[in-house]
This record gives sequence, structure tokens and C-alpha cells, in this order.
Amino acid sequence: MKKILTTPISDEALADLNVGDIVYLTGHLVTCRDVAHRRLIELKQKLPVDVRGGAIFHAGPIVREKDDGSFEMVSIGPTTSMRMEKFERQFIAETGVKMIIGKGGMGEETAAGCLENKAVHAVFPGGCAVVAATKVEAIEAAEWRDLGMPETLWVNRVKEFGPLIISIDTKGNNIFEQNKKTFNERKGAILERIHEQVKFIK
Amino acid sequence: MSSENSVEYMSDVMTKFTSYIGKRLPKDVKQKQADLRKKEKNPMAIEIYDTMAENQEAADKLDRPSCQDTGVIQYFLTVGAKFPLIGELEDILRTATLEATKKGPLRHNAVETFDEKNTGTNTGSKIPWLDWDIVPNDDTATIEVYMAGGGCTLPGHAKVLMPGQGYEGVADFVFDVITSRGINACPPLLVGVGVSTSVETAARLSKKAILRPVDTSNPNANAALMEQLLEEGLNEVGIGPQGLTGDNTVMGVNIESSARHPSTIGVAVSTGCWAHRRGTIKFNSDLSYEIISHEDVTL
Ligand code: SF4
Repeated sequence: MKKILTTPISDEALADLNVGDIVYLTGHLVTCRDVAHRRLIELKQKLPVDVRGGAIFHAGPIVREKDDGSFEMVSIGPTTSMRMEKFERQFIAETGVKMIIGKGGMGEETAAGCLENKAVHAVFPGGCAVVAATKVEAIEAAEWRDLGMPETLWVNRVKEFGPLIISIDTKGNNIFEQNKKTFNERKGAILERIHEQVKFIK
Repeated sequence: MSSENSVEYMSDVMTKFTSYIGKRLPKDVKQKQADLRKKEKNPMAIEIYDTMAENQEAADKLDRPSCQDTGVIQYFLTVGAKFPLIGELEDILRTATLEATKKGPLRHNAVETFDEKNTGTNTGSKIPWLDWDIVPNDDTATIEVYMAGGGCTLPGHAKVLMPGQGYEGVADFVFDVITSRGINACPPLLVGVGVSTSVETAARLSKKAILRPVDTSNPNANAALMEQLLEEGLNEVGIGPQGLTGDNTVMGVNIESSARHPSTIGVAVSTGCWAHRRGTIKFNSDLSYEIISHEDVTL
């Protein structure tokens, strides 16, 4: 059965989640990336959208503005989350956001922030921008439009948005850090075996 | 056809083909992903493969670019010296990029270096990038279109080894690049390796290597063995789709090589992401054409 989280997300809903679990999101998902993080943390500007208990998406979408002034989501794929590592711990503390969605892993600081504030980071598969767009029911608002299309805070109403793979859980476990260790452990023995078979220079 | 008409005609075909490949993967890549999905046992990895397949279906049906990053446009040309439009190809492909950007639509991905301004057209100094191979005594033109996304371009790496490091050093280099930098490049990857004499020759060959179909082997027996060993070895590392672990890591490893200086081994790695958007089209001298990379295409 699909595990569906609904915004506002409660602490209880996240408590049992572990890294590697797959969930879906229903409710509101706000795009928020480089400059929005910088404005909040470095320039001390208030985020124009209240994301307490909510979810943000590291993404820069392609949005079509219709003649009546409403918006249509054409394509929305995740961008590399690691770029926001510098700001995310403080971002979580200040905004009360519960779920951060992006691509690839994040580092120790974000993991610490997730642990302190009972939040999670999740991965949406990169390159699946059309699937993602079809899970957006409507764009309800657009804030900080002066930042241009990719950086605008798009407030999306989503239904069963996913799959979202939990990569940092509320206990601060970080799947990408764990995997990196496993990959490096495996590498040595495999390479030793290959070395034996590629001694073409004799 | 008058020469003006034929330029217009070929520009139009290339516009449509460029835009087409942003929406649909080549047949060998599709097939390989279906195979990897079948072999996969890890539920998380299966879910990701299924989402990828669902995404390609949706992109096809809704006629939208399958990934939002439609890359920098690159054309790799193998052109007969007697192809009638050889002198016009540069203009034709520039027009194709401009028009495909509007019609695709393609994301604006050409930033003029040093001025640091996005041109908004996907064209700029030397972009679209053209790579030429001229064939004497031939009158056809084979054009490979490639969309070089940011994520899958980032792992790219080249270096010159000392001969003492041997092919063992080549294997180490490939593994280091893929395990450290390949994870965020949306695996399963197609890994291209150039083994040559210097950085730029190796780098070019590594890129040519990812333009080769996924399941082909290098005609040299040792090189083919090395492709197989690297492929099996990287799969055993188990990076999985999106770097979240799984039974496989790569769609394949392709090696291209040249002779080298006795004192150097130039080696380079280029990577193609799972959304490996490449297309091959071959024009005859009368501009009739055949699409080699994709099946059942109507442009
Ligand atoms: S690496 Fe490829 S699939 Fe992933 S976001 Fe970039 S272009 Fe798209």
C-alpha cells in the first residue's frame, strides 16, 4: 500500500519513516532553491510563503502562463540538493519545514537539522519531470517572481506526488553517506581482480 | 531542389529531429533500461525504473521534453567530402537549434562565457557544438544529435597517466570518476572511456564512445575485454538508479581508442545519464534520409 503524507505534516507521520522508505505527498509543495535560501538566511528576508509543517522542492520548473493569468506546470524536475547544504539546517530551524525534496544526497549539516527539528529529506527521481508535472493539480500562487521562472516560489497543490525516497530520516540517518561507504568498500576487491586481467603492457 | 530550397528543407528536418530526441530515447537505451528493470530485485530501484518508464510514456503522449534539462546541443558529423551541402551544414544546424528551442520547447542552456549572460536561444559562440569527421569519396552525411545535460556532463574528467600505471591505472581512473562523481548524474549511466595519447584526444574519444549504441563492443579484443570487465565491475559496486543502490550501475561501458605516445596514456571519461538523448540521422546526397537511432519516427 502507498504511504501518503499530507500537509501539514505532523511529527508522528514522520517518526516511523526510515531511510529507503518510499512515500507520496498530497497537499502543498513549494519550489524553493538557491536564491530563496540565500534571501532568507543571508539577507534576512522573510519567506513570502508559510511552509511550517510543509514541504519544499529543490526544483526550477517550466511554467506556462495562460491568457487568463493562471499557470500551468509543464515540466518540473529536481535539481541537485547539495547546493542548498550551506543553508538548509538554518532554513529548517527558521521555517519549520518538514520535508525537503530534491535530487542526490545532502550533507551532515542538513542531517543535523533534520534530527533537531524532526524533518526529512527525500529524493524524487531525476529526469522524471513530466511525471512530476502531471502530479501537480494546480499552481495556487507564485511569490518572489522577480527571481525569474526557475527561482520563483511556486506554490503547487499536488496529489500523490512521488515516488519520494527518504534519504535523511528524523533520526539523522543519511542514506547517501551510508552508500558512499559501501561503494568504497566494494571497489578495492573488484579493482584488484580487474588489474590481473588488464596487464596488456608486458 | 534549388540549393536555397534544399538548405531550407534540411534545416526543417534537423529542427524536427533535434526537438524529437528531447522527447524520446533511442531504441538501444530503451531496451537496455527494460532489461535492467527486469533483472532488478531491490524494490526501491524497481520503483525508480518504473517511474522512469512512466515518464517516457508521458513525455511521448504529451509531446513534452522528458527531462527539463534539454542540455547544450551538440552535433557530431560524419560527412562525405562530396555531400552537396557540406558548406552549408554549420548554418543549417544553427538554424535547427534556434528553431527547435522555440518548437521543442528546449530550456535555454547557452550562457556566453566571460559575459556570463544566457543568450536565451541555445546558440552562442561555437554553440551548438559541431564535431567533424570528413570521409573522402563519399556523398552522405550522418549526424548525431546529443543533448548534453548539466548533471551528466559534470562527472567528465580527463588526465594523462604514466605508462607504468598501465591499463590498471585506466581502470582505477574510471572507477574513481564513477563512484565519486557519477552518483548525482542520474544513473544507470552509459560510461564512455577514451584511451589515447593526450587529454583532448582522450576526451573527444570518450564522448564519441557514448554515441556508440549501448550494446556494441570495441572491435579490438583487449579493448572489448576491458569494456566487459569495467561494466561487470561497476555493476558489482551496485550504485543503482539515482545512486540509491541496486543490482546495477551502468547501461554499459564503451571504449574508443587511438595510438599513443610511448611515454603517455591519455584517459578520459564522459557519462551519459539514463535519459541519454542522442539521435542518429543519415542523409543521402538527394537529401532523402534515414533515422537510425529511433524506430517508427514521423517528423
Ligand atoms: S542528469 Fe540527465 S536525467 Fe538527470 S537531470 Fe540531468 S539531464 Fe536530466
